[in-house]
Amino acid sequence: MKWPSGSAVIEAASRLLVPFMLLFATYVVVHGHDSPGGGFQGGVLFAAALILMKLASGTAVEWGPDPRRALIYACAGAAIFAGIGFLSLLFSGNYLDYSAIPLPLEPAHRRAAGTLGIEIGVALAVAGVLLLVFETLVAWGEDEG
Amino acid sequence: MNGTAIILMVVAAGILFRAAAVLPPFGDPTAPAATHVSPRYIEHGADETGAPNLVTAVLADYRGYDTLGETVVIFTAGLACLLILGARRVGPGSGGKP
Repeated sequence: MKWPSGSAVIEAASRLLVPFMLLFATYVVVHGHDSPGGGFQGGVLFAAALILMKLASGTAVEWGPDPRRALIYACAGAAIFAGIGFLSLLFSGNYLDYSAIPLPLEPAHRRAAGTLGIEIGVALAVAGVLLLVFETLVAWGEDEG
Repeated sequence: MNGTAIILMVVAAGILFRAAAVLPPFGDPTAPAATHVSPRYIEHGADETGAPNLVTAVLADYRGYDTLGETVVIFTAGLACLLILGARRVGPGSGGKP
């Protein structure tokens, strides 16, 4: 069997690491309320896991976003953030006043839910942008030959 | 560099050094920054936002508009990267297709 990165060690290590990195990224995003973390850090971890996979296995990776999909993620993340702001505007609150969104919760918990929503948006945007930059640089390198 | 620019620079530097000298010391509890909104965030942050982590409470809730701006800045930087690095692939001979 031929290893795409030329090394069985790199291949095996990245296969071992990437699932835990993705799990930890999810934890950092959703646990930002209670511990250090949040959308920016979690998004960077997501992108780091996917970039590690692509660095180790090159074009042999058949999953993970292509540049076009990464751009869509980045747009969707920014749109989720702004959209949640407009949602609270729609329910006659101030812009980004999450307690105006009529969820069946106490106001403080509504704010927490809104915060989680925008953290997910931030994570998507950051991960999408980092993947986009990586893919663009890779394409640049391929052009150079 | 001409003389006017040097004089302007020295005057500006003097003003800035003078202002820096009378700033409150780092961590001063009586500084305006520590007496205006910070006590409210610390006393009511967890109750009002449901987030025990004060950093998240300020970043994503009290200062959510700031964070929206930060996200848009990152997004714009990514788009600029794509336009600058990706534009090279759309050369004159490629018919406008990447």
